[in-house]
Amino acid sequence: MLTYIVRRLLLVPFLLFGVTILIFGMLQFLDPVERASLYVRGDPKANQIEAAITKYCLDCPIHVQYFNWMIGRVDPITNEREGGILFGNFGWSKTGSQPVAQLIARRFPNTLDLTIWAVAPVILVGIWMGVQAAVHHNGWIDQAARVFSIVGTSFPSFVFGLLMLMLFYANLQWFPPGRLTDEFSQVVNSDQFLHYTSLLTFDALLNGRFDIFVDALRHMFLPILTLSYINWATFLRVTRGSMLETLRQEYVTTARAKGLSEHDVIYKHAQPNAMLPLVTLAGFTVVGLMGGVIITETVFDYPGIGSAAAAASAQLDVITVLGFALFNGLLLIVANLVVDILYAVVDPRVRLS
Amino acid sequence: MTQSTPSGDNELLGSAVAMRKISRLERFLGPEGYRILQGLFKTPASIAGFSLILLFILVALAAPVLAPPVTPNDPYKIPRDGFKAQPREAGSEWNKNVPDIPFWYKAVTGNDKWVHLFGTAQGQYDIYYGVVWGARTAFNTGLIVVLSTLFIGVVVGSVSAYYGGFVDNVIMRIVDVLMILPGLMATLILAAVLTPVIGRSLLPVMISLIAFGWMGYARIIRGDILSVKERDYVMAARVIGVKDSRILFRHILPNAIFSTMVLASLDIGTVTLSFAALSFLGIGVEVGYADWGQVLAFARNWISSLNTYWYIIVFPGITLVLFVMGWNLLGDALRDVLDPRMRGKM
Repeated sequence: MLTYIVRRLLLVPFLLFGVTILIFGMLQFLDPVERASLYVRGDPKANQIEAAITKYCLDCPIHVQYFNWMIGRVDPITNEREGGILFGNFGWSKTGSQPVAQLIARRFPNTLDLTIWAVAPVILVGIWMGVQAAVHHNGWIDQAARVFSIVGTSFPSFVFGLLMLMLFYANLQWFPPGRLTDEFSQVVNSDQFLHYTSLLTFDALLNGRFDIFVDALRHMFLPILTLSYINWATFLRVTRGSMLETLRQEYVTTARAKGLSEHDVIYKHAQPNAMLPLVTLAGFTVVGLMGGVIITETVFDYPGIGSAAAAASAQLDVITVLGFALFNGLLLIVANLVVDILYAVVDPRVRLS
Repeated sequence: MTQSTPSGDNELLGSAVAMRKISRLERFLGPEGYRILQGLFKTPASIAGFSLILLFILVALAAPVLAPPVTPNDPYKIPRDGFKAQPREAGSEWNKNVPDIPFWYKAVTGNDKWVHLFGTAQGQYDIYYGVVWGARTAFNTGLIVVLSTLFIGVVVGSVSAYYGGFVDNVIMRIVDVLMILPGLMATLILAAVLTPVIGRSLLPVMISLIAFGWMGYARIIRGDILSVKERDYVMAARVIGVKDSRILFRHILPNAIFSTMVLASLDIGTVTLSFAALSFLGIGVEVGYADWGQVLAFARNWISSLNTYWYIIVFPGITLVLFVMGWNLLGDALRDVLDPRMRGKM
């Protein structure tokens, strides 16, 4: 297993390099004036542009620019570092009127909050449905699951989301879009509300404001429903396939032959082994949620990193969009590594090899 | 000289094996092609899928008759009945920019004048027109993107598999890097970068979908070719000194990529979906272009009153769902037919 992990680790620097090259390549579509936003805070004034181009070497050869972009440049007078993605400086967001890194830092907790609450309904319910479909193979539950998975893969998340808004918000007024009701967001932004974790639901509980906690969940209900619905079809399919495969194994027949109850055969012998491929799928799903779900967040006006990236992109604010992409890429590389290693730990065939 | 039946006493054979009449179509398509065609018409699901797609093809072809363009030079521009913000419901009268009345109109609707059949969105864009011409946009973008990605995928995958070694390693690592970012995110950023350079049109999104869409095909085709490469007939061709390119294009590719190509053609549904999603987010075509995602995006400003303006999302939404579902149903049937374990079964 050690060789597997070492080999997997060796891939990481290469992937990191690849992603930075990819993003840097896209930055080259911008003219040097726009690229000045990578280093200058705030909107550059007209007379500063020429100076900025010389100062930050924006018309230098590519490899020099790449180097500058990576580590930034220390101003000799103020001794401050300007730019440099290695130091977490992703440039200045015009549409957000703040550094891109700060924008990400403000939006990411919301996305993380949504991810935490979405994990159980998205993954566990999906797996449960897949197991039921496999156990009742070719029965009506299985047929219903099949229909559901076809409909599920055909219904785009934004159409589903809009329909849910029509039903549960416009008609019934149960689950509003956004993050919080106005009166509560005033409380949250005031000094009395302490941000222990910066995850809103947990902060609300820690501050003893149960009403804010409920209100936050009420706003997250529809995004979670949409995310569950678009992911269930996949989980259902994979679980069903894996479970059917496992139920055909000889040790399951043995378990039945020695007179175990059907419940024990399915849930103690078959299911744990059928769950292996789902470790990877579940891992990647969580990673995907953390990276910001662009469409779902946008439809429900949820202030996470997905909707921020979409908004910046619609306004053609390239520096901001690429900042988000860079963050997303780094997050995915690290998280995929964790998922792969986790899989090696869980699967005895890899663990013992 | 091959004989279809062995000579001698055929009575026993004839009673054991029922002779099957082979139709002209089957002779033309060959056993494999015929079996695939049969599979497409076997289950109710696949027939439904096939009918849905056929319906959309007809709508796309008949678009100028179903919704005569008001500006014939630029038929993809949805006509506007004024500029008022408030959407108007289905059946309301069409006052400005009225299209010509086609022959079927009076018989079907019983109306002398054009009305907004599906209502109007904000800015008085006619939803019916957008839905009808959106079918053309869907096929245009879907076909071009799928064919281009498939072409790039086949070329890259086959080069990678055939040469192997260093070339293969480099190509596959590039594929790894391009696949790090989730598809929608990658397309989103490239489209945002390209739009200022080439302007708002179908192009930026299509180019982005192609640029980040071919890697999957390349991987699959590489795998298929690696297995075909080891077959004896490839070795034989090499022994008699056939050129590399000829071996690749005449002997390996046709045997490796058939099923991939059939399955890839079904990705038109997925591509349309991505395209609509990006349009919905406001990336790509200009406002008012006949595209389903564009029309759906009009609903975004009316979220709190969707109970009144339901028609903005229901008509284009259902259309998009049916289109994608058609391709998915067909795809499911084809996947069953093309499953190697099913090969040879009728």
